[in-house]
Amino acid sequence: MSKVRVLVGTRKGAFILTADGKREKWDVSGPHFAGWEIYHLKGSSADPNRLYASQTSGWFGQVIQRSSDGGKAWETPGGGLTAMPDGMPSGESNKFVYNASAENGKPLTTHQWYDGTQHPWEFKRVWHLEPSLTDPDVVYAGVEDAALFRSTDGAQTWHELSGLRGHGSGPRWQPGAGGMCLHTILLDPNHPDRIFIAISAAGAFRTDDAGKTWKPINRGLKSNTIPDGTAEVGHCVHRIAMHRSRPDVLFMQKHWDVMRSDNGGESWQEISGNLPTDFGFPIDVHSHEPETVYVVPIKSDSEHYPPDGKLRVYRSKTGGNEWEALTKGLPQSNCYVNVLRDAMAVDSLDSCGVYFGTTGGQVYASPDAGENWAPIVRDLPAVLSVEVQTLQ
Amino acid sequence: MIRVILPAHLRTLAHIDDELKIDVNAPVTQRSVLDAIEERYPMLRGTIRDHVTKQRRPFLRFFACEEDLSHESPDAPLPDAIASGAEPFFIIGAIAGG
Repeated sequence: MSKVRVLVGTRKGAFILTADGKREKWDVSGPHFAGWEIYHLKGSSADPNRLYASQTSGWFGQVIQRSSDGGKAWETPGGGLTAMPDGMPSGESNKFVYNASAENGKPLTTHQWYDGTQHPWEFKRVWHLEPSLTDPDVVYAGVEDAALFRSTDGAQTWHELSGLRGHGSGPRWQPGAGGMCLHTILLDPNHPDRIFIAISAAGAFRTDDAGKTWKPINRGLKSNTIPDGTAEVGHCVHRIAMHRSRPDVLFMQKHWDVMRSDNGGESWQEISGNLPTDFGFPIDVHSHEPETVYVVPIKSDSEHYPPDGKLRVYRSKTGGNEWEALTKGLPQSNCYVNVLRDAMAVDSLDSCGVYFGTTGGQVYASPDAGENWAPIVRDLPAVLSVEVQTLQ
Repeated sequence: MIRVILPAHLRTLAHIDDELKIDVNAPVTQRSVLDAIEERYPMLRGTIRDHVTKQRRPFLRFFACEEDLSHESPDAPLPDAIASGAEPFFIIGAIAGG
């Protein structure tokens, strides 16, 4: 019988929630890495027992954790007590060093700072880990300050795909309130060399040559938070989602506005339609219906909670513009939590499950595509990320 | 044998239950102590000082013999009591709420 494994990153550790295909009774494991911020953890689709986790701390910096048994045991890749064959100690899985080589992608040394001056790139943390679709030892990391790294040895060592920072627009990238983070990595299942990424606040970018060169894909975005609202870069993209069967169609939750592209990001059009507010963070797509999209509207950029104190997931079955509120089982009064950009996911069971976590520590699940919701857990630390694995 | 007290989170990361005891080649300095720790426990690399610059992470402090040595040169000799193992070298996480 199928099972689901929900991977939850929180401000104070990771939790793993498991259930059978009915998704009624849940086992809760955790906290793993207690006391640490777990920005993201995700499993490999090539080997579901291979998990990667980003463990961070303001005191101790970045740690990468890896599991090969579905989250029962964890290790810092290459960080054990055994020296490498050359006699040097291992343990470089948390070493993220920006590429400063002259021959590689015109590496940039500065980006725009909050006061408009230029500021050097400084690694702070890994926001998102995206395992390869085909090789469990290949994994991408989106980091703050914004850059994309790749490991081909199971996260033991990391190398920057510096063509992204070398694109030339880097001096116009700027941090949002949460930092200048690369938070979205989408791998195109049809074109192995095509990757989409998104940065707050720079915008969306695409490579068609496995990360050597990149182009900004922000035409059609309009942002009143930058002087030229239709500029090539500078947009605060919060999240992008795609359906695996149709990777040229992208859905975006921007700082304000929900957007759609039908041409791999070449151009975007707004699909906010009848949403009560088009501010929000996560966006996701039904696992079997490529035109069914989910968002969680948030009141505004200065009031990060649901409008009217009602926690509502909105679903469009028409690829946008026409949205319906999904409320059954969700609090409809006095609810002032937020749902962060990486904190929504779907499973791939016949009846698509939808999951999201809140800054109030609840993880809600709907086993029927959003019709009915129930909390799996309700008193975790603030939830930073939610991912789901469907296991056979 | 040098004695080192690590913050709880780093003890967990390194699978250390208690005080760390480690051999350090003379001269005993902050740098040589940290080099020895990182060689023995590679999972701690980058968590106490930067991988590349070797600068102390800003929210950590180094205490010894009731003195804050955080701003001393990493190559300055540590007190004799540390070098002899009579007193431990403390790596302390700054107090912060939340």
